[in-house]
Amino acid sequence: MRSGLRAFARTHEARLLAVTVLLFVFLSFATRNFFSIQNGLDLLTSYAFPGMLAAGLVVVIVAGGLDISFTAVASIAQFLAVSAIGRYDLGWAGLCGIAIGSGLLLGLLNAILVTWLRIASIIVTIAMLNVYYGLLMFLSHGNSINTLPGWYIDGLSWVIGADAHGNPYILNMQILGLGLSFLLTWLLLNRTTTGRQLRALGGNPEAAKRVGFSTLRLNMVAYGYMGFTAGLASIVEAQVAGSVVPNMLVGRELDVLAAVVLGGASLLGGIGSVSGTFIGLALLAMVHNGLILLGVSSFWIDCVTGFVFLTAVATIAWERRRQRAAIRRTIVAAA
Amino acid sequence: MARFLELRNISKRFGGVQALKSVDLDIEAGEVHCLAGENGCGKSTLIKIIAGVHPPDPGGTILIDGEEQSGLTPAESLRRGIQVIYQDLSLFPNMTVAENIAIEHQRGVRLLRWGPVQRIARSAMQQIGVSLDLDRHVSDLSIAERQLVAICRASANEARLVIMDEPTASLTRREVDALLHLTLELKRRSVAVVFVSHRLDEVLEIAERVTVLQNGEKRGTFDARDMTSRRLGELMTGRSFEHHVMDPLGAPTPPVLSVRGLSRSGDYEDISLSVREGEILGITGRLGSGRTELALSLFGMHRPDRGEILVAGRPVTLHSNREAIEHGIAYLSEDRLSLGLVMEQPIAANVAVTVIDRLLGRLGLVAADARQDLVRHWIGELGIKIGSPDDAVSTLSGGNQQRVGLAKWLATGPKLLILDSPTVGVDVGAKDGIYRIVRRLAEAGLAVILISDEIPEVFYNSHRVLVMREGRITGEFEPHRCEEAVLQEAVDA
Repeated sequence: MRSGLRAFARTHEARLLAVTVLLFVFLSFATRNFFSIQNGLDLLTSYAFPGMLAAGLVVVIVAGGLDISFTAVASIAQFLAVSAIGRYDLGWAGLCGIAIGSGLLLGLLNAILVTWLRIASIIVTIAMLNVYYGLLMFLSHGNSINTLPGWYIDGLSWVIGADAHGNPYILNMQILGLGLSFLLTWLLLNRTTTGRQLRALGGNPEAAKRVGFSTLRLNMVAYGYMGFTAGLASIVEAQVAGSVVPNMLVGRELDVLAAVVLGGASLLGGIGSVSGTFIGLALLAMVHNGLILLGVSSFWIDCVTGFVFLTAVATIAWERRRQRAAIRRTIVAAA
Repeated sequence: MARFLELRNISKRFGGVQALKSVDLDIEAGEVHCLAGENGCGKSTLIKIIAGVHPPDPGGTILIDGEEQSGLTPAESLRRGIQVIYQDLSLFPNMTVAENIAIEHQRGVRLLRWGPVQRIARSAMQQIGVSLDLDRHVSDLSIAERQLVAICRASANEARLVIMDEPTASLTRREVDALLHLTLELKRRSVAVVFVSHRLDEVLEIAERVTVLQNGEKRGTFDARDMTSRRLGELMTGRSFEHHVMDPLGAPTPPVLSVRGLSRSGDYEDISLSVREGEILGITGRLGSGRTELALSLFGMHRPDRGEILVAGRPVTLHSNREAIEHGIAYLSEDRLSLGLVMEQPIAANVAVTVIDRLLGRLGLVAADARQDLVRHWIGELGIKIGSPDDAVSTLSGGNQQRVGLAKWLATGPKLLILDSPTVGVDVGAKDGIYRIVRRLAEAGLAVILISDEIPEVFYNSHRVLVMREGRITGEFEPHRCEEAVLQEAVDA
């Protein structure tokens, strides 16, 4: 156990966690409103959408792929599902079924194209982002849906306590959705044989093929799961926004990718963890939120976010180089 | 002994190429068998037929345990206990040792329990007497350790025949010994082992029988005890090779490069040497002895901390490899795959890349004629067998790739050529071709530094040999005055 702890201390996740905790402590003292349960719940709520997408994306990246199209997938899912519940009385089941189902289908289509065309997945999914987005604009004529059924606007929420002034702490469906996505991703990656096969595919596709793992099937799991989370995320996003705006989500891909990469996932595939992704997301959220609370001009926020991202990625790259050099030295010493 | 595998009358045609012609082969349970032959002799095809990857052409039969196999698939071949360890090892670097060994356990769709994964891995390691940390990632292991993981994985899958494709290519001598020891352990458990190897000496140490293929035909199966590496080389190539050491250099010639007290912390220490016009200076020593680091310093890529480098008697400071090239130094790297050649680029572009600025015509564009002449000249000079200069380098055999690498550097008109392990992954026949070229270049006045960990390579192709060990020069030998064994001892000491 001690050695396990020491091994953890050397991981990227541990360093990221340390930085996040430091930032947390700093912001708690430097600002008046950061350190409160309410602010925590608000943060989780507003980062549920990118967070859930990050939980899906890390699976694709671990499997050696990359998906850029998920914001367009989420937009389509949300448009179809919310249009449907506006016309028919489908309830939560219908809403979730349509959003998740359409997300899943588009994800599977991505998987098939990536596998069959044998083109870098980033290229395929950038193209598909445009295809899906164009299709959505055609279907919606670019119009927003501004009236949602009352039950959807009310959403699902539970009061889980209250502060000293009697203001309730609310556990809403955004937070639940976020928790559910991370739990599912963790189960998939760490507790199923499929998850290990995805990791194997990302680590050495040729060897995975030789062992007899089907690339098509695994890609369908990875991109399908990404589509599934995009569908789920789109529902909680529309609920909190109170409307469906077709061009609202596209453009937020890089925030999601930033959280995953910040969390230590390698774009070369095979490396990435659920805990890292969550901490990466938390760090990004805290930087944003902290800067706002510190009263920094919103123009600077993107700058600072970019800088944090660059620093983290450079640290990961530097650390991997250092490790490789250390391995080389031990090999030479042994020889 | 019981016969595990029998191949009868196996032929295989790919389009217009007859890869195998009516080959018979049998493997006894628990024997160590070597499959030898040059690149393109059909070894790989034969392995793939055994692994069920390719079906043999009609008329051929495969028997496992005496049962005829019609339509052997990869899954069936695995199920019957045939495990192929490919040269790239097919491991998952991002996963732990345990997961790699127990990869079969992660097949299917179900919940995964870590207990069995650890247990399978531990028992596989115990069976063949290997100990590795189960939780380390394979990317953190040395090549030799990775190989152990691959062997454990084969053994975890109830292997009855393990085929190892070029297992010793990137191992040091001590690691090779460990591998051979492990092979005996597999044999004791009546697992048959088939080695596919270029490095003949090692294979002969341990194999019981040797089957030689040449151009897709079987030259025969021989008892390994009656075999010498020279005879094996002759069988593989159909040519005979004479090994004789080089005559000493005649008239004294001026030194091209001298080095005095050169040191670089952690790499090499107090190196003094000198190489003359027309001389081939061999440098040998184990991996990690500092030989490659020294070569990189002579080529301006690693700055030494102390000491002097003199080119034609004048001290120089080499800030970069560009300056080294300007001083007439060329360096053919150990790793032609990742450093030396751009594999997917045309042969012509690879040859011309070092001298591209000499080929500039008007407007600063590359003059196509000049480039073509240059490329044609070197292809002819070095006897490179190619389809067209516009083919990618990756289409060539190892030996021809190495010649393209040589051509690229010779085009710079060097006075000193540093060759670092020039025949790694090159066949016996092609090796001989490279040695001839190097000797001819030296006779024409070029100074050559030949770095290799293959003792015979430096012994038979150098005028003088320096032995390096832990960053220092520990001995100097003249092959015409001593025995190969003496040099071997100095390296092993």
